[in-house]
Parts: sequence; C-alpha cells; structure tokens
Amino acid sequence: MSDSGEKSYDVIIVGAGPAGLGAAIESGKAGARTLLLDENQKPGGQLFKQIHKFFGSKEHFAGMRGFLIGEKLLEEAVKHNVEFRLGARVWGLYPDGCVTATDEENSLNFKGKKIILATGASENALSFPGCTLPGVITAGAAQTFVNVQHVLPGKDFVVVGSGNVGLIVTYQLLQAGANVIKIIEAAPKISGYGVHAAKIRRAGIQILTGHTIISASGRDQVERVIIAKVDENFNPIEGTQQTILCDTVALAVGLSPRIELAGAGGCEMTYSKTLGGVLPVHDDNMETSFEHILIAGDLSGIEEASTALDEGRLAGCRAAYRLGLMTLEDYTSKKVMILNRLAELRCGPFGNKRMLAKEEIWKKAV
Amino acid sequence: MSRLTAHPIIKIDEKKEISIYYEDQLLRAKEGETVAAALLAHGFRIFRYSAKRNEPRGIFCGIGQCTDCIMEIDGKPNVRACMTIVHEGMTIRTQKGLGQ
Repeated sequence: MSDSGEKSYDVIIVGAGPAGLGAAIESGKAGARTLLLDENQKPGGQLFKQIHKFFGSKEHFAGMRGFLIGEKLLEEAVKHNVEFRLGARVWGLYPDGCVTATDEENSLNFKGKKIILATGASENALSFPGCTLPGVITAGAAQTFVNVQHVLPGKDFVVVGSGNVGLIVTYQLLQAGANVIKIIEAAPKISGYGVHAAKIRRAGIQILTGHTIISASGRDQVERVIIAKVDENFNPIEGTQQTILCDTVALAVGLSPRIELAGAGGCEMTYSKTLGGVLPVHDDNMETSFEHILIAGDLSGIEEASTALDEGRLAGCRAAYRLGLMTLEDYTSKKVMILNRLAELRCGPFGNKRMLAKEEIWKKAV
Repeated sequence: MSRLTAHPIIKIDEKKEISIYYEDQLLRAKEGETVAAALLAHGFRIFRYSAKRNEPRGIFCGIGQCTDCIMEIDGKPNVRACMTIVHEGMTIRTQKGLGQ
C-alpha cells in the first residue's frame, strides 16, 4: 500500500447513485470543487439496472427508463466539472473532513470542507433453513445479473416479497426469459403499487399473499422450497405446507440504510420502521448532527430513485450555500422548490407515511 | 443459468470472448463481465465452502456488500467474484474455508 497524498475539495460526495449525482450536479453548478467517489467501476448506482419507466413529474424524468435517466445525470455532472474517482472504496470518515479510501492497491486520502454521504442501502436477508444455499439470492442480485451482466442467474424462480422491488424484478426476469413460478408475500395484501402488480398478474404469475417460505433445500444448491400459509401473527399454519420445485429464490424483503460510514463519522442515529431502520438524524437541509456532514437518498430513509435525486440536489445546494457559493435567497428558493417536489412524491397512501416519518426525523434534528 | 441473447428493452451487444480458467478448465468469458457472471453463464454456482461447516456458498447480493461469493482469483484468496472483472488468462478456484 502506498500513500498517494491528500487532495482537498470543497465538497466530497460518497456514492454515485441518483442521490450522489444530484448532489454533485448542484454543488458543481454552484462552482464548488466537487469530488464524487464510488467503489464501482461505473457511476449511476442502481440506476443502470432500472429498465422500467419512472413515475413523478418532468423534473423526475417521468416516463423515462432508469438507465436513460442515469446517462442524462452523468452528462450533467460532467458538464459542471465534477471530478469522478471510480473503483475507490471509501472506508473511513473523520471529524476533520478527511475521507480515506482504497482502490485495492493504494490508500487514497481526501479532505473535504463538506461531505455528502449518499451510500444508499443494503437489501435485507431472510433467515430460514437453507437460506445460505447457492441459489438463494437477493432480488437486486437477480436484477444486476440480468440487466447489467446479461446472464440469467437461474431458471425457475420463486420470488419472496411483493413490494415494488419484488414486482419489478419479477417482471424483468420474465422479460429476460426466466420462469417465475410464484411470488409469495407474508402480508395479507400485495405491498407494491397496483400498476406493477397488474403487469405481473397479466403475465399469469400468481402472487400468493399470506404465505411465507419455510425452507430451501437441495444437494449443494436450491432444488426445492417449502412454503406455508401464515396466521395473523405471521406464524406458519400447520398442515398448509406445499413444496415448489425451483432452482432459485429471489428475496425482495426490504432494504436498510447503509449507515456504516455515517457511523464512522460519528453522526447521531435514530430509528424509523417506515424508513427502513436505523439512519442518521438529519434536518430538512439534509444536514446531520455534524454541520459538515450531509446525507441524501436511501441512507436518509428508504424511498425511491426520484426522491434520492431530489434529496441529493438539496444537499448539494445546502453545501454550496454553507460554503458561501450561493446566497441565502437563492438557497431558500431552491430548497422550497425541491421540498415541494419531494412532497409531491411523498403523497398518496404509500408516500404519506414516508412524509410523516421524515417530519419525525427532522424534528429530532432541532 | 444462461446468457441472454435477445431482450425486448436491453440491447445485447456482441462482446469479445476471452479465455479464463476455472479449476484448470478453460471457459469462454465475455470481456467486461464479472467472474460471477461468467461462472453463472456456464452453470457453476458454488463459489466457496464455508470455513466452519464446509457448506457451499454462492452469489447472494451480487453487488459486493455481502462477500458470500469470495473465491481464489489469480492466486489471491477472498476476492469478491461479483465485483471482479474477468481478464484473459485469469485463474479462478473455489475457495475452501479461509483460502490459501
């Protein structure tokens, strides 16, 4: 390992998904010397895996497929002189704004006046006998292999979870020619949007609610799963077991904010069930308990790519304002505009719960 | 487990083929793909055996977070198969326990 010396920036952003790109665009546009770090070889986070059309308004690129949105954002970031450092895994964040990373060969040190963490989320695992067998994968893994690597990671799939991730990935598996036998869902109702569920049902795939996976088994890899009906306390009901022959189980059982770096930086944490678990306390300027550390996207609560993008834009503007690169008037008008757009995304029966949960978190930051 | 040849939305580009060696066996991989993708495309999904109970493990998260897919790649143990891009002449071995 060799030390490459320390480079200074106005704003360092960790994570080049929609939140990180949104932050980088705004910070770069305001004239801040901006560095965007990501451990992957390509920027865009999960955007380039999204081949479905997005919702929202014009500002959220409604009607455009995810990967095309990714290309547009990248173009914009490059236009505003954002410096990209890819293949750099960030492992440390210090109170003085030092960010340490590795590219597997070298130790990389950077110093930022403002740090924006956009580290995203991890997919949740589910514990059951056989859950470690090859063939039990996350829905995100299925999506990565199919849409990015163009390889089907299995043939006959059972998808666990009927949230939007489960529904969208199921549809994408079908588009890629896989056989999806069933989606099972422990809750009594389908948990994702009706528009996604309808596409699955039109394709003739059963979404079995009120059922859970009991076990996966096979010789050295998945050959079958056992599922069963659950009661109102989600306990399996004796005598309702059924066996499904399959080679792959895709788990779509929720996401959790990826808080490791924020934790290393010393950010105060809080808990929100609606927003995916433990996450850094932050206000409606995206500032954490440390003024110089801001957060955006799934790290600040599990939502969607469109909300992540706008939260990123807000964090980027806030950092620029704090650095004296934007007037208070300019910042305030941008903030109002972005918060209004976010409020539009946080409405309806799904969004409203997230709006209330966000407001709870903001209150804790005061 | 197979490669996609056609897709209603994604354009499947022709990619250059390269040679990699999995347990001394020659496999054709596509330039730019990950080790995990190359192995899955050929139907291999056991990437390592766990240290304590010698149980098979393979891909789980596919994006470098869980480290369940670590293998011995070019003689180096504990390398994430899902994050490592193939190169001509690469040697890949199933990792046993903590690796060699």
